[in-house]
Amino acid sequence: MTKGVVKAIIENLVQVEVSGPVSQNEICYIDLGGVKLMAEVIKIIGNVAYTQVFESTRNLRPGDTAEFTQKMLEVKLGPGMLSKNYDGLQNDLNKMEGIFLTRGEYTDPLDEDSSWEFTPLAKAGDMVTGGDWLGSVPEKWIEHKIMVPFGLTGEYKVKKIAEKGTYKITDTICTIEDKDGEEIELNMIQYWPVKIPIKCYIQKPRPSRLMETGVRTIDTLNPMVEGGTGFIPGPFGAGKTVLQHSISKNADADLIIMAACGERANEVVELFVEFPELDDPRTGRKLMERTIIVCNTSNMPVAAREASVYTAMTIAEYYRNMGLKVLLLADSTSRWAQALREMSNRMEELPGPDAFPMDLPAIVSSFYARAGFVHLNGGSTGSITFIGTVSPAGGNLKEPVTESTKKAARCFYALSQSRADSKRYPAVDPIDSYSKYLEYPEVIEYLNNNINPTWVDDVTHTKDILLRGREAQEQINILGDDGVPLAYHDRYWKSELVDRVILQQDGFDPVDSSTPMKRQEFMLELILDICDRDFVFESFEEIMPYYVKLINICKQMNYVEFESDDFKKYEAELRKEVEARSAK
Amino acid sequence: MATQAFQKIYTKLNQITKATCSVRASGVGNEELATVGGRLAQVVKIVDDNVTLQIFAGTEGIGTDAEVVFFGKAPTLKVGPDLAGRFFNAYGEPIDGGPEVEGKEIEIGGPSVNPVRRKQPSELITTGIAGIDLNNTLVTGQKIPFFADPDQPYNEVMAMVALRAASDKIILGGMGLSNDDYLFYKNTFENAGVIDRIVSFVNTTENPTVERLLVPNMALTAAEYFATEKNEKVLVLLTDMTLYCDALSIVSNRMDQIPSKDSMPGSLYSDLAKLYEKAVQFPDGGSITIIAVTTLSGGDITHAIPDNTGYITEGQLFLKRDTDISKTIVDPFRSLSRLKQLVIGKKTREDHPQVMNTAVRLYADAANAKTKMENGFDLSDYDERVLEFAKEYSEEILAIDVNIGTDEMLDTAWKLFQKHFTKEEIGIKDEFMNIYWKKE
Repeated sequence: MTKGVVKAIIENLVQVEVSGPVSQNEICYIDLGGVKLMAEVIKIIGNVAYTQVFESTRNLRPGDTAEFTQKMLEVKLGPGMLSKNYDGLQNDLNKMEGIFLTRGEYTDPLDEDSSWEFTPLAKAGDMVTGGDWLGSVPEKWIEHKIMVPFGLTGEYKVKKIAEKGTYKITDTICTIEDKDGEEIELNMIQYWPVKIPIKCYIQKPRPSRLMETGVRTIDTLNPMVEGGTGFIPGPFGAGKTVLQHSISKNADADLIIMAACGERANEVVELFVEFPELDDPRTGRKLMERTIIVCNTSNMPVAAREASVYTAMTIAEYYRNMGLKVLLLADSTSRWAQALREMSNRMEELPGPDAFPMDLPAIVSSFYARAGFVHLNGGSTGSITFIGTVSPAGGNLKEPVTESTKKAARCFYALSQSRADSKRYPAVDPIDSYSKYLEYPEVIEYLNNNINPTWVDDVTHTKDILLRGREAQEQINILGDDGVPLAYHDRYWKSELVDRVILQQDGFDPVDSSTPMKRQEFMLELILDICDRDFVFESFEEIMPYYVKLINICKQMNYVEFESDDFKKYEAELRKEVEARSAK
Repeated sequence: MATQAFQKIYTKLNQITKATCSVRASGVGNEELATVGGRLAQVVKIVDDNVTLQIFAGTEGIGTDAEVVFFGKAPTLKVGPDLAGRFFNAYGEPIDGGPEVEGKEIEIGGPSVNPVRRKQPSELITTGIAGIDLNNTLVTGQKIPFFADPDQPYNEVMAMVALRAASDKIILGGMGLSNDDYLFYKNTFENAGVIDRIVSFVNTTENPTVERLLVPNMALTAAEYFATEKNEKVLVLLTDMTLYCDALSIVSNRMDQIPSKDSMPGSLYSDLAKLYEKAVQFPDGGSITIIAVTTLSGGDITHAIPDNTGYITEGQLFLKRDTDISKTIVDPFRSLSRLKQLVIGKKTREDHPQVMNTAVRLYADAANAKTKMENGFDLSDYDERVLEFAKEYSEEILAIDVNIGTDEMLDTAWKLFQKHFTKEEIGIKDEFMNIYWKKE
């Protein structure tokens, strides 16, 4: 094992002189008076390894020793990760003692003493390879598959597999044999380096299925798909975190992984407090039962912040390989980019725009590329849908992190300050935002087959109404209320109808906070029917009160159960109002 | 800080800049404290045996033969109950003529709280100022800055908030305070007779700039002591954080770091978060609440300092001069307390959220009416009434010199609603209307 001696310390960048071979991204432990500080090699020059330390380097001295582990930063994978709260390096935060985090305290991400009900899926004589399912154990409500370690990429023959029964994760459950007759004993645990994608699947086709989030401005206007990628940029106070929490509560996914990356600790506390209480609207179980939280809050060490998003992604890939629909949310990827900037600066690299490292776009895009929909070896499918937030400096979308992400992600949900200021939540700008998936023929086909035959045309039509409404509003502002034809007012108020009824949604209301697709379809058709009508108005002063009345009735509909008596009552009232004004 | 025996003294500096110096020395730890020619300094970089120190008081007059003595420890503060009622400088040394404080010596800038051990903030802090209590309620464990222009009376407002808030200790971290402002705080606290629950760490404009980098951590270390050991509710006041950031940028510049936006160091977000995230609600009842001041330049909140601050803190408060009543108010439009929904209507009267929103909506209508008036348009009857309402709302509730309880603020709001508007124009849920709308 290679050993080293500390040579230089610049904040958390520590140069270590090594006595033997060392590899890029290798993990080492630096001994500070008996406390082992974890560090990662990020550059090597001659016999000096530049390492980023995942802890404070206070009191570290030149001459302190380091030991290299011959491993990259890796996660420990196995049953028991659901509902856990990890830090960026996958330490189980609940196992740490004391109120304050202690430097050098690393805890086991899994519970080695826990027992699991194992059911074999493979049998002796089967030929298997990395990622193939050997058996399954029930973890909360999911069938957690025990897989051949992803690193074993060749062909192996199952020699012996454990019978159905209760085992610890450290018990051998399977023995496999490689082509040279070498036997390998497997238990339920495997390790994987976080910076390397898990690729134990046959192919990654273009995604086609809708991923429902319950948020109308996303599902209806700019849909996310299973295995898709998207990002939410927005200035502070625009509601990024609230929108992400709302997606996490209602999304149609088997498993949610929340990577709280360099954000406020009290926001994570909100998850800790709320998720064990809230019901998952789809399964009726507690939200926490399908959630894993990876958190590195803004005051935790910076280098571990970078690691946290990779840790979360690797855990997501592990569960995807079990054939599950995983939703990964990262808040905020800008903090991760800032962590990269801090290190790059300490290494005195030549900076790119705004002092970010030159390879920022490449790093961001290869990270987003790890999401996706896959066909697995056994014939089933799995997916990772990834949505990250971006916190642009000064709310300016022309900054490097937003631009790099825009190149990598397929959906763009721009939060606008002016919408947030006028309390139009969620503050997703309907005109600037887009979903590239709406252009995919396979997605169009899926939506038209599963929602209604003209759905995509209707959505495009809705966007036109919004755009024309905004243009009309600009004209009204310039020329004055009575300086424009009545049709301008009508056009503007039709777009307001769409905005206030379809796009705006009360994230705190029990009914309105999540809208199933069937209801979204119903409401959109209802609103489009109104928008396509010609109404008779004598003067512009009649227009606003009329539409405000319609909007109020529709909002009441949004607040009551779909197709309930109240809902039908409001619907009848609405139709009566509409008929009364319609041009004959 | 006296030199102790058996310490090795180095006397050959090989580099001196405006804020840093380098010396060849061995066995030195990162972030260790030292004196250079009698001035306090801290190790910021070690390459082999070449140690770079940041000299807090500046390097003016430091010679290449200045004596460098290392202390073998990071900056510390002695904490104990005797801290209460005292004034200290940035190094934690008394400046009020009193004796040194006896107590446990703790390194400042200690570790973070494990997020799973935090409690969700749930206790409100009342200040008697309606712009805060009614519209932007503060909660223990919250961190919130005043975004203020230099000409606004932010120090006065902050002192008022501190005195009225029900807290066990108030800890003042003054960075680049003018001597006049320092004396203002001192006199205000003394006159109010609350000096025994105040602890102050002050760096005035007369002190060297870089020194102020120690102030927030000194204040927060003292706060952690009272909040964890004594389970007290501690309020920390940090003024002015913009001057703190300026000091950060000076040091990073001297260290040849590449600046990012607005000449600020690339690590500004992490540097600020490490301080602000010390705000916490502990499980045993103690809490640290941080109220800071970030002065703006020309009201520009997209500058790197307010921008990064906004991403870290739980809301922000703006002051505004209401010309109708010639008084300062807390701006009801731009101010925001992100944690208010944890307490309003739960720890306060049930009608609080609705009354708050209605009053702000009417105040916004008044602003529109005012624009209409300024543009020479005719005002409707509603416009006239809403303008009347806005003036009385400002005068009787919002003005910061009004000091009333939250229930009284709500009652006054109801009184004004009823005076100027019809039931329909108010549009509050019937359940509250039945209770608070007085029958004719």
